[in-house]
Amino acid sequence: MKELINWVADPIRSFPIVCILFYFMMKYYRVVGTKKFLGWSLLFTIPVSIWFAADPNFFTIITLPDNIPIIILIVLVGFLQWFTFYKAALNDNRLDQGLGPIEGLPENREKVWCWPNLVYTELFMIIAGTCFLVVWAILFKAPLEEPANPTWAPNPAKAPWYFLGLQEMLVYFDPWMAGVILPGVVVVGLIAIPYIDTNPKGNGYYTIAERPIAMWGFLFGWLVLWLYLIMVGTFLRGPNWTFYGPFEYWDFHKVVAEYNVNLSEFLWIKWLNTPMPENMFVREFLGIILSLAYMLVLPPLMGMCSYGKKMIEGVGQMRFYIFVVLFLLMMSLPIKMVLRWLFALKYIVALPELELNL
Amino acid sequence: MAAKGLADKVRETQVWKSIFRHGPPDNARNRAAVVAGNVFLHLHPIKLKKSGVQLGYTWCMGGLTFFIFLALTVSGVLLMFYYRPTAEYAFNDIVALREHVPLGIMREIHRWGAHAMVITTWLHMFRVFMTGSYKPPREFNWGVGVILLVLTLLLSFTGYLLPWDQLAIWAITVGANMAKATPFLGHGGPGASLARIGDFVMVSDKNDVRFQLLAGRFVGEPALLRFYILHCVFIPLVVGTLIAVHFWRVRKDGGISAPL
Repeated sequence: MKELINWVADPIRSFPIVCILFYFMMKYYRVVGTKKFLGWSLLFTIPVSIWFAADPNFFTIITLPDNIPIIILIVLVGFLQWFTFYKAALNDNRLDQGLGPIEGLPENREKVWCWPNLVYTELFMIIAGTCFLVVWAILFKAPLEEPANPTWAPNPAKAPWYFLGLQEMLVYFDPWMAGVILPGVVVVGLIAIPYIDTNPKGNGYYTIAERPIAMWGFLFGWLVLWLYLIMVGTFLRGPNWTFYGPFEYWDFHKVVAEYNVNLSEFLWIKWLNTPMPENMFVREFLGIILSLAYMLVLPPLMGMCSYGKKMIEGVGQMRFYIFVVLFLLMMSLPIKMVLRWLFALKYIVALPELELNL
Repeated sequence: MAAKGLADKVRETQVWKSIFRHGPPDNARNRAAVVAGNVFLHLHPIKLKKSGVQLGYTWCMGGLTFFIFLALTVSGVLLMFYYRPTAEYAFNDIVALREHVPLGIMREIHRWGAHAMVITTWLHMFRVFMTGSYKPPREFNWGVGVILLVLTLLLSFTGYLLPWDQLAIWAITVGANMAKATPFLGHGGPGASLARIGDFVMVSDKNDVRFQLLAGRFVGEPALLRFYILHCVFIPLVVGTLIAVHFWRVRKDGGISAPL
């Protein structure tokens, strides 16, 4: 059983599984968002978690003091994600019947005094937050390792947990993409959301049915590309950033045969059976054309299909193309992951002469 | 009865009246006065929609983030009394803090609080997205929030170096090497090799963005001082300013969101 879980946990298998789970969760959110579903999943999750934690190798990783916050985050996100589905399902069922959202009911629109209603809630939260921090601080000592030694690097050298999604992207992209461009796209994309999403519905209440594109896009990025990759980077990456199953001992001598091939090597050597051309742009022309087409030709094509036309009518050309470009940049990560797993593809464009590898 | 009599007496003293210029907040007039007349409470509206105070709607995550920011400021200032940001002293000061301060938990509060603040910031953004609260008229404030999120991560990142242990310098080395790969601005990034005039290299490891970040080519003492000042002075000032903007705009954009 543990062997099987170790085998499944490899991103090659767990990433598609997570994507499929995400699809069904979003599609059947009204089923997910019921108290019955929460009950059954807790009944399943709690014993499984205990069984996971009982394993000495997994226990060592999750009880590292610096990993405790991720456990807290996972539990909170799990519950709150269910909770938003629960609230959204209640509202969406009402909206189907032509009723307004619960947040808009007259008794919820009623105005209440800030003192005592809000001020007391805040006071309670301050006290609860203080207690929580003090208890956490007493239970877990802040770690301190050996003094800084610039001549000896620990293996693996991991960034803080909230950056491990970015560090995990380094498996698939060079640092200029994984560390600079894609994080920049995340920040710019987040700021752009309110200016792209002109859907007036779902402002100030929980709903999923009324804003499907926003929900699918954001939650895929948040749950799958951000949180899942953080979990992989934290729990499943050991020395040399090699994959280790949750129940696997971090053996420093684990050797993984990995030989990744560039697209240009596929083209010239494998398919055309000729030596690689001298000129680097000729050598990489296929990858360059494909990458340019992905960013420059695909958006207009998407704008010409019937769904794209409908969206352009709704939000206008400018918003549509900004959305599509941001979306394609986001999807470049899962695309690169899948290409790596299916074809052991290293770079689509490999121009080490310019430090430009894609 | 006696206690109530005493409380009434206290309320009638000149000292009490000089501090609280209104009676007990048990009627409409005084409830308005207590919020409007107190510098710490006056950012609140005097009355607000019921959905805005329901924990099931707001999760209180934004408020908790601010609370943790204050807790981090207090614990951070206390830590600064014990800490010198030099390669010679930094690590030893942390060891001394751990060994010579009885019942000391300030470093723990600061470290776990920093983790907690990242979590509450993310969950706050998650809630705001799920309720569509970034929609007009709150677009701008969402953007301010995203910048605050980035600054929260930068605060964590800069603070990570200060203990000056193995975890610190190598985590920062991993991060700083990303800066090296910035297109055109980092010496290992795409396009940097094009930026040269004859033999003169315009972007090298002695002037690129990583050099600016670390004040050197590797994580050394100048980087420690730089990160210390960014962590303790510069970023908190920017964050404090933006928090004021963020809260102000919550009020000016119509308070906590609710169905239109």
